[in-house]
Amino acid sequence: MTRYVIRRILQSLLVLLVMSFVIYSLIGLMPGDPIDIMVASNPNISPDVAASLRKLYGLDQPMALRYWHWLVAALGGDLGYSRTHSQPVLTILLPALWQTCKLLISSFVISVALSFALGITAARKPGGWIDGLISLGAFAGISVPVFWLALMMILVFAVQLHWFPASGIANVGDGSLRDQFVHLVMPVTTLALATTGGFTRFVRASMIEVLRLDLVRTARAKGAGEGRVVLVHAFRNALIPVVTVMALSFGVLFNGALLTETMFAQPGMGKMIYDAILGNDFNLALSGLLFATLVTLVSNLAADLAYGWLDPRITLQ
Amino acid sequence: MSGEVMRAPVRAEAAVSPWQLRWRRFLKHRAGVLSLGVLALLVLFALAAFPMERLLGFDPDSTDLFNRFGPPGPGHWLGTDEAGRDELIRLMVGGQMSLLVGLLATVIGGVIGLIIGVCAGYFGGRLDAVLMRFTDGMIALPLLPLLIVLGAVDLTKLGFSAEFAHSGAAGFWRIIVIIAIVDWTSIARLVRAATIALKERDFVRAARASGAGPAYVMVSHVLPNVATPIIVAFTLTVGRVILFESVLSFLGFGIVPPTPSWGNMLNNAQELVTSAPALAIYPGLLIFATVIAVNFLGDGLQHAFDPRSER
Repeated sequence: MTRYVIRRILQSLLVLLVMSFVIYSLIGLMPGDPIDIMVASNPNISPDVAASLRKLYGLDQPMALRYWHWLVAALGGDLGYSRTHSQPVLTILLPALWQTCKLLISSFVISVALSFALGITAARKPGGWIDGLISLGAFAGISVPVFWLALMMILVFAVQLHWFPASGIANVGDGSLRDQFVHLVMPVTTLALATTGGFTRFVRASMIEVLRLDLVRTARAKGAGEGRVVLVHAFRNALIPVVTVMALSFGVLFNGALLTETMFAQPGMGKMIYDAILGNDFNLALSGLLFATLVTLVSNLAADLAYGWLDPRITLQ
Repeated sequence: MSGEVMRAPVRAEAAVSPWQLRWRRFLKHRAGVLSLGVLALLVLFALAAFPMERLLGFDPDSTDLFNRFGPPGPGHWLGTDEAGRDELIRLMVGGQMSLLVGLLATVIGGVIGLIIGVCAGYFGGRLDAVLMRFTDGMIALPLLPLLIVLGAVDLTKLGFSAEFAHSGAAGFWRIIVIIAIVDWTSIARLVRAATIALKERDFVRAARASGAGPAYVMVSHVLPNVATPIIVAFTLTVGRVILFESVLSFLGFGIVPPTPSWGNMLNNAQELVTSAPALAIYPGLLIFATVIAVNFLGDGLQHAFDPRSER
């Protein structure tokens, strides 16, 4: 078990290392370089000066060498300086990560709770009208473009009804808890609606599978009430594949967070990465993408460990 | 009496091929059949751009700055957008873009997934381990930020001419290629699992024993037998790809304006929400309808192809 965890952690670190090289190279392929940007904003820099600046900052070196220098610095905790924010990358990254965590965790909790309730209800009578209705809703959740759902939320609840603000995390001068909550309602609802669909389908499928098993018949035969049969005996067994799928969906959830943050102007990781790419902020984009990958890798590892813990028949080697 | 043998009457029934059986099972899946109809209508809608352009006498790019945000009327059936372009024709042409990108990226990604999956499953051993670790690594990545970086890559730095890099064709093919190179993993895993199960079946062993090489076995024995799960996975992938295309075009990294796509028609939708809400609704509604129909179609096909589902 310990050996398995250590091996998985090493594997994840390897993936992260490969990714850092791939993303570094890709960002090098984005239009312009830092000196181009300096030249564009300052007409007094002659081509000679630009060339010597490139030499000074090592931009004339080959990609692999530049990557090596970046890697050594990054391992020492120096992720560089953000061009657009004029601050070290880490001081921008950490608050953004916290903001995204608030959004992700609250919408994740809501959609897990909703999908358990809906999935179990639908699985009680597969093919019935309640099941049909829930399945339709689930398909809608999978199929809706998240950015458009956000747009429609803004259209209805911000523009027409004026119930919630369309953007930001707090009104100017008012950082109270209530104000923060009001600003989170629409992004969290959007993300939760979009993720509940997929989750519900997994819960439903898993429950239908388990309700067919002998253990359910045995539970009924020994006289357990219907509620106990479904919620205790069947549900616990149905949970095993569901938990894995939910933990594995963290990457998808992050895609949704990027879109909802961009649409509602929330200063989280997703919007930060998007703005960094648009603004040619190379250091910030690179570190943001790597952090996003790291979060996904950790959640995948957690999914695997949870799988072995929930199902004792599985031994992780 | 006791020596008489009861003979069951032989019913004269035409032989039914597996595909006919599957088709009959599919017809019983109401949502699937309905989706097929909806998709056919959406394709017709997209293709109607050609006769409509001739009928109304303007193309999707012809602007009319005196008629911005024009109301729906006889000349412009759904009104005009912020540059006075006809909304209906732009929706139709945008539909061609979205559907084409969805199909082409799925096919290219599907071929990548097929090759990787069959090779990993058939050869096994070290190759399998390497290919599957690579696939797992791909699955672990946050796709959307990665797609945005890929979409921002400057093609001239890859050796393409500046003229090509800024053309509409480059935008169209770029989005297809970048989606295809990140979205092949589900098909690869599916094909690998099916190939491993098939490899030890007697008919495959018999083929190998009689001297068939790996390429022959893969193409003529393995592929036809993994066709049904692949078709289902393909269908679901089309839905996902259309969503990716719309998101990327919306964020400005996909189909390049003035060529319309359902995604880039929503580019400045945040402003449209207050000035012309209808323009923010139509393209999204069409994406939604297409993707939900594709997903229901996939569900219907899954039922039709699974012999255990007798409903």
